[in-house]
Amino acid sequence: MPIKSLDELRKIREDQVKKVKLRESGESGDTTIEVLVGMATCGIAAGSREVLNKLVDLIGEKSLDNVKVIQVGCMGYCHSEPTVQINTPGKEPIIYGNVKGNVVDDIIEKHILNNEILDDHVLIKTFNSAL
Amino acid sequence: MSEVFEFDKATEKLKLLDAFIETQSAKDEAVISVLHKAQSLFGYLPSELQLHVARKLDVPAAKVYGVVSFYSFFTQEKRGDYTINICMGTACFVKGIDKVMTEFSNQLGIKNKETTADGLFTLNDVRCIGACGLAPVVMINDKVYGHVKAEDVGQIIMDCKEQKGV
Amino acid sequence: MATQRTHIMVCGGTGCVSSNSLEMVDSLKTKLIEKGYQDEITVIKTGCFGFCGQGPIIKIHPDNVFYVKVGMDDIDEIIDEHIIKGRTVSRLLYKEPETHRTLPKHDDMSFYKKQYRIALRNCGLINPEDINEYIAFGGYEALGMALTEYTPEKVIEIVKESGLRGRGGGGFSTGLKWEYTRKPPSDQKYVICNADEGDPGAFMDRSILEGDPHSIIEAMTIAGYAIGASEGIVYIRAEYPLAIKRLEVALDQAREFGLLGKNIFESGFSFDIHIKLGAGAFVCGEETALIHSVEGSRGEPTKKPPFPSVEGYHKKPTSVNNVETFANIPPILTKGAEWFHSIGTEKSKGTKVFALAGKINNVGLVEVPMGTTLREIIYDIGGGIIDGKAFKAVQTGGPSGGVITTADLDTPIDYESLKAIGSMMGSGGMIVMDEDDCMVNIAKFYLDFTQDESCGKCTPCRLGTKRMFEILERITEGKGTMEDIERLRSLGHAIKDSALCGLGQTAPNPVLSTLDYFYDEYIAHIVDKKCPAGACKALAKYKINPVKCIGCSACARVCPVNCIAGKPKEKYVIDEDQCISCGACFTACRFDAVIKP
Repeated sequence: MPIKSLDELRKIREDQVKKVKLRESGESGDTTIEVLVGMATCGIAAGSREVLNKLVDLIGEKSLDNVKVIQVGCMGYCHSEPTVQINTPGKEPIIYGNVKGNVVDDIIEKHILNNEILDDHVLIKTFNSAL
Repeated sequence: MSEVFEFDKATEKLKLLDAFIETQSAKDEAVISVLHKAQSLFGYLPSELQLHVARKLDVPAAKVYGVVSFYSFFTQEKRGDYTINICMGTACFVKGIDKVMTEFSNQLGIKNKETTADGLFTLNDVRCIGACGLAPVVMINDKVYGHVKAEDVGQIIMDCKEQKGV
Repeated sequence: MATQRTHIMVCGGTGCVSSNSLEMVDSLKTKLIEKGYQDEITVIKTGCFGFCGQGPIIKIHPDNVFYVKVGMDDIDEIIDEHIIKGRTVSRLLYKEPETHRTLPKHDDMSFYKKQYRIALRNCGLINPEDINEYIAFGGYEALGMALTEYTPEKVIEIVKESGLRGRGGGGFSTGLKWEYTRKPPSDQKYVICNADEGDPGAFMDRSILEGDPHSIIEAMTIAGYAIGASEGIVYIRAEYPLAIKRLEVALDQAREFGLLGKNIFESGFSFDIHIKLGAGAFVCGEETALIHSVEGSRGEPTKKPPFPSVEGYHKKPTSVNNVETFANIPPILTKGAEWFHSIGTEKSKGTKVFALAGKINNVGLVEVPMGTTLREIIYDIGGGIIDGKAFKAVQTGGPSGGVITTADLDTPIDYESLKAIGSMMGSGGMIVMDEDDCMVNIAKFYLDFTQDESCGKCTPCRLGTKRMFEILERITEGKGTMEDIERLRSLGHAIKDSALCGLGQTAPNPVLSTLDYFYDEYIAHIVDKKCPAGACKALAKYKINPVKCIGCSACARVCPVNCIAGKPKEKYVIDEDQCISCGACFTACRFDAVIKP
């Protein structure tokens, strides 16, 4: 359905805006946890497609209905690809780098199910954005 | 060209190509797009195919050849099943891609741009593929190998051969 | 499960590790166990904070308190005061350099985060294949505003006032380019997005198209409205299949949402975009060459004037802008020209994305305000040189640019300052080189690239770059003469003055710049027949690997010029000045300890 006016555009935005808050500050009205996977060329080359597939499999296996996997572009942390960001309502988003092999299991088992932040893989957001 | 391009063995692909040409509204402008399509179908652009494209688009064959020879993406030689693309970007250069190139060249017994006698591998240097974070980078068909060291070359070749069942 | 109330995050970046941050992790863990807090509080080793100059760094989460220059002696205080009593240790907080104000909260320290993302604002944050997410983060608002609230002249005015300049290399005012394209009367005009990212070592345009394709579509549509075009073309490298696919998806969604097509926002303005694939030719980054390539021909440049803004694609007025330039447009419209104008230096406004690569710890894509120094980019954001080696130079501007040495590390970067030190902004490739990189070899690498990519239309570039490459090849093989240096210089200046397009005019830069800054290295190759960095194979000497050498003395005994020194059972060393590269030591060694050049 085509958007006909700026107001219509703004309405779509309001419906979608809770995503913004969750990703920026962790504010959210519901309990959906978002898992963002960096899927640009270098991320994919470093194995992010396997990471994404494994996340989807694990989430399905464990029937984690409140966890949603989303592919995003390059976060800029080429030195630590593949990268994954976890946005949990009420918490500051956490970015993980060098997510390979068991780290994917740990993200689900430890971080998402047990609220434990993984040692050795946390990346710090080193930038501010004009949003 | 060592091998003669046989049209009768490629009727299916030619049909697809002709259908694509039909969809182009501005024929004289479509040379590059059509050549992209042709190379994706046939894998390379032999002179017979260039002539076919020229006639279909109603442009001089010289123009088609001029375009093919100008752009590095187009190849007039048949490639092996695995094209080993060695990234020649600056980041890869600084991180020692030359050693990787030499190793591939030694192990396969071919020089850059050549194809092995069994038609399995073509060695090819390419312009920066933009995965500088993983330098040095080698791209084989669509798969990107990052942080490649000369020591890894043997294994990479083995992997390809195993995939092919050789 | 015990609830963890606090995480102590310790920076595990290379810089902080070298100042004992890992020992601090252990010490923190031990102390927590001593005090019985190990179940409530976890110590986490993290990646680099991008503030290496102030390391080691510890952040307490979720209090968001940020301690800098933490020493081993401070650990007790952090645990006793902050963790147990909940009191911030103020002496460890970061103090603003000018005001000496202390800033406890990580988020207050916006200036500390040296990166500010305008062009990359959505990259890594939104799903590029979902238009709703782009809209959620403010997308298409700028287009809506432009079409319903502003006249085309007003849009151009805003872009002009913002001070935005072309990010593809030239640095020409984007607003002016649009104005020049708007002026000539014509029944049809075109907007072209240059996504033929040719600089080997730059990948920001690819990242933007892969991570935020809608921002380009939105900006091109705004440009179309401003200059009076109804058709846009994205000219993109065929080597970027994922970017092409994401762009195609985004175009379809934009059409479905009525944000492309007829009568957008019921404003009466219609615009659509299609994709044209490049086929691998560096010269197509030059706008006239690019237009010929879009027209299906060989991508050879033609002389300017006429500029594309008067006579471009199909001989109609055409504005060619680069991907990163376009990515800046929507925020400029929504936040205003003044906001953008307030960022950056006097003549260069806003931010620039750099692809930081080479011998650097944190390889990545960084976006910093214009005026940031190279030192901040390399040492704070980039985390310094790999393996703690010595920084030698950074190459900016790719095959058109030059090298920047330690002397200029503190120069605030903008278009003018880089030009003044013999390099250029270019598209933003930034290759860091260390002591092991030979500058003559680097110059040769770039000339090999340009002579290969020269389209061959004009003689200075076609023949000149080839000759320069041959001279450099000679020098790196130890066959150079002192006259060669003069030849390189005069040839370089002649090509700069006489080549037809930007490719040729800038091609000698890597040579001229290395000649200026690393003259000694050229001399070493020519006179001493030595490559100080050990990178030029033909000049390399044999070396002994101290790890493998067992001190058997076999090599020293066979050396015909007696240049291998050492005592039995100790490590032997080859005096490279004396070595004649005969290889006798290599054959004699039974422990693989002699390294062949």
